Amino acid sequence: MNSDMFIQHFFNALMLGSLYGLIAIGYTMVYGILRLINFAHGDIFMLGSYFVFFGVTAFHMPWWAAALFSIVATAATGIMVDRVAYRPLREAPRISALISAIGVSFFIENMCLVLFTGVPKPMPRLEALVQVLQFGNIRILPLTLIVPVVSFLLVAGLLWMLYRTKPGLAMRAISKDIETTRLMGVKVNRIIALTFAIGSALAAAAGIMWALRYPQINPFMGVMPGFKAFIAAVFGGIGSVQGAMIGGLILGFMEIMIVAFFPALSGYRDAFAFILLILILFVKPTGLMGEKLEDKI
Amino acid sequence: MKHSTKIILNIALIACFGVFLFWAQGNLDGYKVQILNLIAVNTILALSLNLIYGYTGMFSLGHAGFMAIGAYVCAILILPAAQKEMMYILEPVIWPFSVMHAPFFAAVLAAGLVAALLGLLIALPVLRLGGDYLGIATLGFAEIIRIVFTNITPITNGALGLKGIPAYANLPWNFFWCILTIYVIVKLLSSNFGNCLRAIRDDEVAAKAMGINTFRCKAISFAVGAFFAGVGGALMGSLITTIDPKMFNFQLTFNILMIVVVGGLGSITGSVIGAVVITILLEWLRFVEYTVEIGSFVIPGVPGMRMVIFSLVLLLIILYRREGIIGGYEFSWDDLVKRVNARRGRK
Repeated sequence: MNSDMFIQHFFNALMLGSLYGLIAIGYTMVYGILRLINFAHGDIFMLGSYFVFFGVTAFHMPWWAAALFSIVATAATGIMVDRVAYRPLREAPRISALISAIGVSFFIENMCLVLFTGVPKPMPRLEALVQVLQFGNIRILPLTLIVPVVSFLLVAGLLWMLYRTKPGLAMRAISKDIETTRLMGVKVNRIIALTFAIGSALAAAAGIMWALRYPQINPFMGVMPGFKAFIAAVFGGIGSVQGAMIGGLILGFMEIMIVAFFPALSGYRDAFAFILLILILFVKPTGLMGEKLEDKI
Repeated sequence: MKHSTKIILNIALIACFGVFLFWAQGNLDGYKVQILNLIAVNTILALSLNLIYGYTGMFSLGHAGFMAIGAYVCAILILPAAQKEMMYILEPVIWPFSVMHAPFFAAVLAAGLVAALLGLLIALPVLRLGGDYLGIATLGFAEIIRIVFTNITPITNGALGLKGIPAYANLPWNFFWCILTIYVIVKLLSSNFGNCLRAIRDDEVAAKAMGINTFRCKAISFAVGAFFAGVGGALMGSLITTIDPKMFNFQLTFNILMIVVVGGLGSITGSVIGAVVITILLEWLRFVEYTVEIGSFVIPGVPGMRMVIFSLVLLLIILYRREGIIGGYEFSWDDLVKRVNARRGRK
């Protein structure tokens, strides 16, 4: 492989990795607070793509308005899912909420299948972002450069919110001890709703950029990225926002680079993430940056 | 009630059921017989998942993977060599898989054993994990199995799958395996080992403190569950005569999980009733996907509506009736007699 190819692969991996990272943040925040694997998160990501698609094609919005619409609508969906399917199960055994999440995931997928049919929808192209740039022999889409920048800005904003604002403080407190936080006068359910809103909004942002890069959207497009992003969250250390982003990047690089260097393995592409998951769970279940969660007796 | 009376009653029940099956084979149309077959297979699968999750408390989402193993092992063993030569068009089938052959019973048994062996192998690393992590890790294993099966073309015929599997899985065979599964799992759970499993489910730390070798118990339970999942997969492969890796996706695990949750976690009666109800509903609800005409009204069919309804059913059960439709009730002859007597007393 020559260096030009390598640079192209590098930027592709950076883009894919930051998208995984953005989705992973939603998993990691919800898990950190509720100890719940939000199985429906991949489908929330899919909804983000559909909302922007309909914003542009059906309502003829300009792109910025469609993106905003998608983010707001997806965040609202996230809050609704929590309100309907997770909040009634707060006191129930943890696995009940997980089964509920699996139910929500199948519900969203099949509802979209009913409403939008299974035929993949062609995303309209945003010409400015997909015009190939040529630097010598290197050909790169502007999108490939913009996605990581946008992602890092979003993560920086999130970290600022988590560590410099009151709601952020409340979120971190809830992840330590939900009962004590409630006694301190924090409106716990409102903060949890906010968590779902932020996670879903980031997933929507990822969904918009994903649809621009891979412009075929269908009701099941969220399943694989969802699983992989969850693996990224576990790898980075579940509960840690920075860890989720780093896990996403590592996963993105692994996928692109292994296939680039060993093309014979391309059929196993989707398996890498799962193998990584099992390895990390075996070697260091807390992930790279996770805190140890003690079993309470 | 005396133990021998119960055995006689059980045998009588099975005999009655046998007569019913004999009647069904001769008098029901092929579609209804197929539904009966599916009920048997789904019962096996639901019981195996219930053993792992409902009784031992290990949340496993890897059932589709074990089923895939079972289905492929059985299919390769019962397909005639000549047919295999013909079918593998992408890459020729390699020895010893090209000449392997076994009678149906042995093939299903082998399918279960290979799945159980794999279950044990998986159990060693993942059973250290608890709760939801275990679910994700087993889901990961199922996905890996699926992807590997898509890629080892000389053995599995890759994405094309296997077609024309001999349809040996008829009513007697399916219900033989179904009743065997019920028998083994009831025996297992009524032994002391079953108590250990329930102790682990309710509180693993306390169980360990009482001197139960929790890892060993969990591994055995997992392997037995995997065995029956493999058996179920093998029967399903022979029942629908076509298998391919795409079939064994998460949706399949979801269907079984739904049966177990709807029937009631930790209830054998529940799993059996759940399998009957859900299998019939899955078929009956097909009408929502067809176009219906009532007089001059035309209600267009909506493809995918069935799964919307089913995911809603699962959600409603888990939100409002977590003990399942029959509320964790377990059938026994003693209980039946008590109920009959109570009713008589009221008269």
